Amino acid sequence: MQIVKKRNAEEKVKLVLTIIMSLISLVYIFPVAMVAINSFKKNTFVKTDTFAIPQGEMWAGFDNFNVGMTFGNYPFWKSVLFSVVITLLSVALILICTTMAAWYIARVNSIFCKIIYFTCVFSMVVPFQMVMFTLSKTADTLHLNTPWTIPIVYLGFGAGLAIFMFVGFVKAIPLEIEEAASIDGCGPVRTFFMIVIPMLKPTMVSVGILEIMWVWNDYLLPYLVLDLNEYRTIPIHIQYLKGSYGTVDLGATMALIFLSIIPVVVFYLIFQKQIIKGVAAGAVKG
Amino acid sequence: MDNTSTISTPSAPKKKRYKNSYKTTMRKWCWLFLGPVLIAFIIGFVWPFIWGIYLSLCKFRVVSETELVGFENYIKVFKDAGFMHAFWYTALFAVVSLVLINILAFMVALALTRGIKGSNLFRTVFFMPNLIGGIVLGYIWSMIFDGILSNFGTSILLDSKYGFWGLIILMCWQQIGYMMIIYIAGLQNIPDDMLEAAKIDGATSVQTLFKITIPNVMPSITICMFLSLTNGFKLFDQNLALTGGQPITMSPDGTIVKSTEMLALNIYTTFYGSNSGAQGTAQAKAVIFFILVAGLGLAQLAITRKKEVQQ
Repeated sequence: MQIVKKRNAEEKVKLVLTIIMSLISLVYIFPVAMVAINSFKKNTFVKTDTFAIPQGEMWAGFDNFNVGMTFGNYPFWKSVLFSVVITLLSVALILICTTMAAWYIARVNSIFCKIIYFTCVFSMVVPFQMVMFTLSKTADTLHLNTPWTIPIVYLGFGAGLAIFMFVGFVKAIPLEIEEAASIDGCGPVRTFFMIVIPMLKPTMVSVGILEIMWVWNDYLLPYLVLDLNEYRTIPIHIQYLKGSYGTVDLGATMALIFLSIIPVVVFYLIFQKQIIKGVAAGAVKG
Repeated sequence: MDNTSTISTPSAPKKKRYKNSYKTTMRKWCWLFLGPVLIAFIIGFVWPFIWGIYLSLCKFRVVSETELVGFENYIKVFKDAGFMHAFWYTALFAVVSLVLINILAFMVALALTRGIKGSNLFRTVFFMPNLIGGIVLGYIWSMIFDGILSNFGTSILLDSKYGFWGLIILMCWQQIGYMMIIYIAGLQNIPDDMLEAAKIDGATSVQTLFKITIPNVMPSITICMFLSLTNGFKLFDQNLALTGGQPITMSPDGTIVKSTEMLALNIYTTFYGSNSGAQGTAQAKAVIFFILVAGLGLAQLAITRKKEVQQ
């Protein structure tokens, strides 16, 4: 009897929890839903009737999207393109270069390697504001202000975390496998690409996701480094909508925010498991 | 055949010699493996860092004409009312957000590890805001806050209280999901028999929580507390997009103070504001900021190391 009662009580607790969590979920989705609703609302009503469903005279159709496309004298699709280019190039460069360096550091472990490793760990605790002024001046002097060269800056500033995580992982791989390859006549370059890289793949996915989330959403670094007349990323574009013009077209801003959230949500729903795993791994180590 | 058998025998000196020869072959490729990262690391971190420290000791308008002035910039920083305000404001913000985020995230994690229906769906929803960038988040929430406040004839830009709590709500919304993931990982590592034993011994659920669950997830708690603390200190994008430091107030001695401006934004506006002569001071602020954040990071490292030894 008692067991049955206890079980019933537990079921009740679970039901209450489910209801509470559902309500919190609604609170979580609410802001994003508001963006979607307001992107179809006429500009003048966004501020006064933020939470109303757009209908009648409030309904703007796709006007906001049309206006937003060329708002601020810069086409939105170009920002999207440059965001994609910068993110893909940077993350690819970071993954290739830091795995090579991490493998070398973990295996050779000379004093020189130790110095580099220590500097990497040190760079992880340095906030961007510390180097932003001198970094943007340096990047400017070296003409790294295009989407095709800014990955070098990202590699430099973001190498710390990646090398830290990869070195930890390489040290856990038994050396015997590489020795066997070496005895079979495999040189270091081939050993690296044929043996080490496949074993590092799960960690590469985790690190890659962390770096994608960082680079895609980063605002200040590209803002300071890129030649803004030619190249903008999505966060820069959205900041420009509000920043430099007296009157703000809130409807168009919401339309662009809506457009920029869609790919992120799709990406998240597809790679959900890897993202959550990568975040947990990165947080525990960092 | 002979060859393989000699290598597989675990004789220590031979193995060591072999390892060394492996290292020597690898060393020939040193520049291929280390070169790219090294060059980028010097451009993107080492040189800017050293130059930054040097510039913090200089007076300059353009970086090509610097004049070494010692610690004059640092003295100016501590006399800067805006910076001191930003420091206390940031510290308060970091502590309040740390407490709220961690308590709420822990509660959500507890609820989601009890095997309720739809746990995975809830986890997915709660984590989602982490993927949206700070600038975009700031604009989404400024629309929502202004939508509410316009009913009362005011705006988030008009009262620093709204700005503070607005930013707290935004950060909770964004970070609870992140911390929740770390707490869930910690909670799932608690051995089931330990919880069962407590149940058999007649422990109440409150006792189980404080005597078993919390001590066992202490490592996760340490990590999350430091993460939310450093996140609070380093906050920039959300601060810029939500209020941008507004409203502006006048301090008693006549200097203008942006009442919701945090440290990172204060450094940024000092660098790129109208007064180009203040860049040396800005760099000194940046160095102080770095020491603050790095100090927090090192404290975290020391504490987690200690915990590891105990285990």
